Amino acid sequence: MASVELRGVGKSFGNVEVLTGIDLDIADGEFLTLVGASGCGKSTLLRIIAGLETQSTGSVLIGGAPVDHLRPHERRVAMVFQSYALYPHMRVFGNIALPLVMSRLRLFDRLPLLRLLSPRRRRIMPEIAREVRAVAEQLQIGALLDRRPAQLSGGQRQRVALGRAMVRRPAAFLMDEPLSNLDAKLRVHMRSELADLHARLGATFIYVTHDQIEAMTMSNRVAMMDNGVILQLGRPGELYARPASVKVAQFIGTPTINLLPARVNADRNVELFGMPLPIRVRQPAGAALTLGLRPEAIVAAPPGASPRNGQVPLFGRLHRSENLGAEHILHVDLAAPASGTVTCKVQSDPGDVVDSARNLALLFSPAACHVFDADGRRVADTDTAGAAIDAGVPMRAVSP
Amino acid sequence: MSAAMPATAMGTIAPRPRQQRIERFAGLSFVFPAFVLLVVIDIVPLLVLLYLSFTNYELGALSSKFVGLDNFRKTLVDPVFRRSLGNTFVYVAIVLPAAVGLALLVAVLLHGRRRSRSFYEVVYFLPVTSTLIAMATVWQFLLHPSLGPVNGVLRALGFHEIGFLSEPSYVLPTLAAIGVWHLIGFNMVLFLAGLSAIPRDLYEAAEIDGCRSGIDRFLTITWPLLGPTTMFVIVTTSITAFKVFDTVAVMTRGGPMGASEVLLYAIYLEGYQYFHMGYAAALTLVFLVFVLIFSVAQTFALDRRVHY
Repeated sequence: MASVELRGVGKSFGNVEVLTGIDLDIADGEFLTLVGASGCGKSTLLRIIAGLETQSTGSVLIGGAPVDHLRPHERRVAMVFQSYALYPHMRVFGNIALPLVMSRLRLFDRLPLLRLLSPRRRRIMPEIAREVRAVAEQLQIGALLDRRPAQLSGGQRQRVALGRAMVRRPAAFLMDEPLSNLDAKLRVHMRSELADLHARLGATFIYVTHDQIEAMTMSNRVAMMDNGVILQLGRPGELYARPASVKVAQFIGTPTINLLPARVNADRNVELFGMPLPIRVRQPAGAALTLGLRPEAIVAAPPGASPRNGQVPLFGRLHRSENLGAEHILHVDLAAPASGTVTCKVQSDPGDVVDSARNLALLFSPAACHVFDADGRRVADTDTAGAAIDAGVPMRAVSP
Repeated sequence: MSAAMPATAMGTIAPRPRQQRIERFAGLSFVFPAFVLLVVIDIVPLLVLLYLSFTNYELGALSSKFVGLDNFRKTLVDPVFRRSLGNTFVYVAIVLPAAVGLALLVAVLLHGRRRSRSFYEVVYFLPVTSTLIAMATVWQFLLHPSLGPVNGVLRALGFHEIGFLSEPSYVLPTLAAIGVWHLIGFNMVLFLAGLSAIPRDLYEAAEIDGCRSGIDRFLTITWPLLGPTTMFVIVTTSITAFKVFDTVAVMTRGGPMGASEVLLYAIYLEGYQYFHMGYAAALTLVFLVFVLIFSVAQTFALDRRVHY
């Protein structure tokens, strides 16, 4: 177990810069997730930590010591690959045992045929077998040790890959999208199993994924990456409740956050479709803003319903609704003077709120709005009259 | 069953006899041309060969006599046949490990190259594309005791010249070396294809798991995963080596003193020089049995290895 620190890590392939000045401190025993769209550099960063790729600038420290000059196996990290990368010609036992065989036996003890002559091998192999069995029992694959990877299901292969990582008691576990090859149901199951495993081992996990749900559900902290930089680093709840930029807001949360064009009016308040909202900002009057509104922070109501508790109404016409069982996703075309489409998530039947012309009202609390400036950065000092500023508690979407 | 019953009763799902007959006929007529070709090209000649091997037929003779197993009995005592069979096995024993091992070495070395790879691929593949008979003539010149550049180099280095093709103990290794030269390119391409099929992930996983050196990587990943390719290469190489003929016919004609007599050349001599067609047919059958053994070995070995 050890901490992992990145100091100004950068990587470029020729003229293309894929990582720029990444600084990251990952505490001992932490579960940190690198999340981002494909091509954002998260896998490259993981491979640099593993030593499979060499950084162009900066330094990687594991357990406080620089490891830049060390080969992958000397860094004492274990990696779980997206494809699992199990050795197809070895049985499960051989797959899990390989890291130990490599570190404890000399080349002579591993050569085909000659190894049969090695007394050292005969002495060490039972120890290795004991440790492999112990790990396999922990992962409940003890009965599969004689199978080959091709005879295993996706979930079983996943466990073997985990076992191969665990058996060497690494300083850190590096995981590169380990769940993306599983079907949806198994993915949900393995998610909680991985979280359990992390709690049980107390080891440092660095986890790469493009799936924001995996990032939100398993990690202690999430680093959202885009274009080779870390956009925001924080607890999963923070990224959801206080996204530092439009990109983070768009990536975290399903359905995707609604982004509405707004501007600063003469009173330094946010003005949305000509309607002043009780949100004060420091931007100059007339400056363009983007207002982020989570679908689950919107309440759908009949067109005539009167807003309560300082809620602000938007009016529109129901374009399409998706029934998810427990909730409905409504796609609403806003009516003039507003324009655009807004998505909202409600728990009631859309039939209860629309009138005969499919018109309805969307109510939201100004406190639930995320305000971003023209560059997409979160406007730090918003001030809502009356309502609490803390947007950390998203409003539940309940129809009146 | 119960679900199928009503459908059958209605006669909508089960094909009617007439329809069945038409389908059968169509199927057979599609198979027919291939079947005729197989019979004409493979089966009939094989039966003729089998028949000839039981006769004392000579090329051009008007009649022949059925001699039973006499031809096969003769192979057991014929010194020429025994020598050529022995020589053929020695030839295979040299060519097989060298052509497989060197091709694997070249393939592994080339696999890591990026820009120079295609250049070397062409260089190593050139002998495969050339006609061996023509190349044999070139080799004959290269290895000539007094005129050949190879001996020229040896002389310049202060060694005695070597009668590569005239010294009985050198002639088989020399022919084998030419055989290896001709085979490496093809085997290399097969190995390169096998190597590209190994996922890069595995090498990375192995690197993290502690495979430090190239030897570790080769023994842990490359060699086991090339198993099926290697098996295929071994079988095709041994069959090709077993069929050695061109170089012998052009360069040595079985000499000196029968030191390079090989199976196919012996068959050729018996059949087309001495016109002993019956005996040549028997020898050909023996040859086919050996090739069959190699092929069967391939089938079984490959079947056993398809577990991943």
